[in-house]
Amino acid sequence: MTDTPVRPDAPTDRQRVREQRPLSELAAEIPDTPRKRKVGPRARRILKHVLLIGFGLVMLYPLLWMLSSSFKPNEIIFREPGLIPTELDLTNYSQGWFALLHPFHHYLLNSAIVVLGSVLGNLISCSMAAYAFARLKFRGRPLWFAIMLMTIMLPIHVIIVPQYILFSSLEWINTFLPLIVPKLLATDAFFIFLMVQFFRGLPKELDEAARLDGCGHGRIFLRIMLPLSLPALATTAIFTFIWTWNDFFSQLIFLTDPEMYTVPIALRTFIDSTSASSWGPLFAMSIVSLVPIFFIFLFGQKYLVKGIATTGIK
Amino acid sequence: MSVIQEVAKTRGASRETRKGDGKAAAIFLAPWFIGLGLITAFPLLASLYLSFTDYSLLEAPNWIGLENYTEMFADPRWTKSLAVTFQYVFISVPLQLAAALGLAMVLDRGLRGLAFYRSVYYLPSLLGSSVAIALLWRQVFGADGLVNQVLAYFGIEGVGWVSHPDYALGTLMILNVWTFGAPMIIFLAGLRQIPTMYYEAASIDGASKLRQFFNITIPLLSPIIFFNLVLQLIGAFQTFTQAYIVSNGTGGPIDSTLFYTLYLYNEGFGSYNMGYASAMAWFLLLIVAGLTAVNFFASKFWVFYDD
Repeated sequence: MTDTPVRPDAPTDRQRVREQRPLSELAAEIPDTPRKRKVGPRARRILKHVLLIGFGLVMLYPLLWMLSSSFKPNEIIFREPGLIPTELDLTNYSQGWFALLHPFHHYLLNSAIVVLGSVLGNLISCSMAAYAFARLKFRGRPLWFAIMLMTIMLPIHVIIVPQYILFSSLEWINTFLPLIVPKLLATDAFFIFLMVQFFRGLPKELDEAARLDGCGHGRIFLRIMLPLSLPALATTAIFTFIWTWNDFFSQLIFLTDPEMYTVPIALRTFIDSTSASSWGPLFAMSIVSLVPIFFIFLFGQKYLVKGIATTGIK
Repeated sequence: MSVIQEVAKTRGASRETRKGDGKAAAIFLAPWFIGLGLITAFPLLASLYLSFTDYSLLEAPNWIGLENYTEMFADPRWTKSLAVTFQYVFISVPLQLAAALGLAMVLDRGLRGLAFYRSVYYLPSLLGSSVAIALLWRQVFGADGLVNQVLAYFGIEGVGWVSHPDYALGTLMILNVWTFGAPMIIFLAGLRQIPTMYYEAASIDGASKLRQFFNITIPLLSPIIFFNLVLQLIGAFQTFTQAYIVSNGTGGPIDSTLFYTLYLYNEGFGSYNMGYASAMAWFLLLIVAGLTAVNFFASKFWVFYDD
């Protein structure tokens, strides 16, 4: 995609002696420049590209097939595996949109509310906790920090039963609260860790100068740390978006009323309500459900790569 | 660098300054503390307690001691769900990591268009856990799905892969391998850290590419391989959505995709055996903790930290 010539400031191999920088930074820098220009014969290089593109096509073929099938009338989907639809038929979309109890935008809206609440919750609560771990001195900090890291590994399945009991005693089942309130309470410790890493990289002189000027921690956090941490906040927002949008397990448990269904839960009900012969509308709505993720993929590459390399998240 | 190394670091850290910003810290950490207590720690302990009770949500929990656990160990479906999950984890994760490492190495070799390939291979990782993709899989590997259409092109008659007890789990493994993009990106970053002079020196000494791979790449990349392995194993153990959608919540055909979390869900939220589900949950916690511990222990023997 980016066939730019080697940048003049790119380090040469000799300079590149074992870099001691966070993996996340390295990962985000990788694009553009191939690190070695030691290329084989032309024919071999071309063969390599052909194989890589071929492999990529095989990988993406199911997705492309779903996209093209969503524009084909049902009878044709199963007859021809080809990708190019003979005509652009939107009936699957109009049928799928109204196939369930509520029109599909109802579920999209529900998902949007959950996602928005989760993103805001994670941004606020995780950045606050991260500031404390990265900059404040308090008793027991290493211990609390270790506990925070351990909660990252804790499978949600282990605590879901008591959570359900707790939220149902609060009469929160079939509301969005069980999905949003935990985010406001910084339970996605992944992002605390991510932001602690980022905050630690910011020069301490900045907050010291601000302290001398009489700023309290609240103002240092709001006026200095947050504005400088936009990349980390963006990574957090993007991953929270994707996770929440794709999340099935907890939404399946906490939302049982069709009125409150989010996109994944609504899609699931397609299996029950449609016969095997009407995959077209199902594909159409699946495509609709993937569009937001795809846009993030297109425009958030840099942050995605950074996020993965910091915590190994998908 | 990674969560794992952070844990190792804090373990050795000594007490920090006593005086300091206690009050401010309390404010900044308040949401996290509340969340830790109410949403994490309390449910964790509550589920331990519930695992010793018979509880169906309607009546108060009834203490039955270890009965849930003895019942669990004697339950053929539980054993099956454990077997299915282990099979899935220990076959698909190594394959996924092998694909990730292989592609990362090819892409690291001074190739143009790296960013493009990386994006293409990474896309499935983003979508892999969604319901839409699971539905697609159900169709791709269905009786008249894409795979069989392609096979028919070559004159081979396929079966309904997702509805066949011998193959259903395999289709889910393929789905997991398909999402190799995320570990690939981590490998790419790791490969970058290996100085090229090592390879140059080795090739001057006449070491073959294979030898270079086993004697330079693998040892120097071992911390990254370890990091990926721990994360992917833990993640794979918790697979739920794909199995739920492909089997329509049943774990079928004949329990061949009855993942551990799916069985837990069905016991807890299908049959409202909350006590039994809690016992299963704690066993899952032990497995995940045990796996992590084993990995840490084993890593002493094969992970090579250069610094």
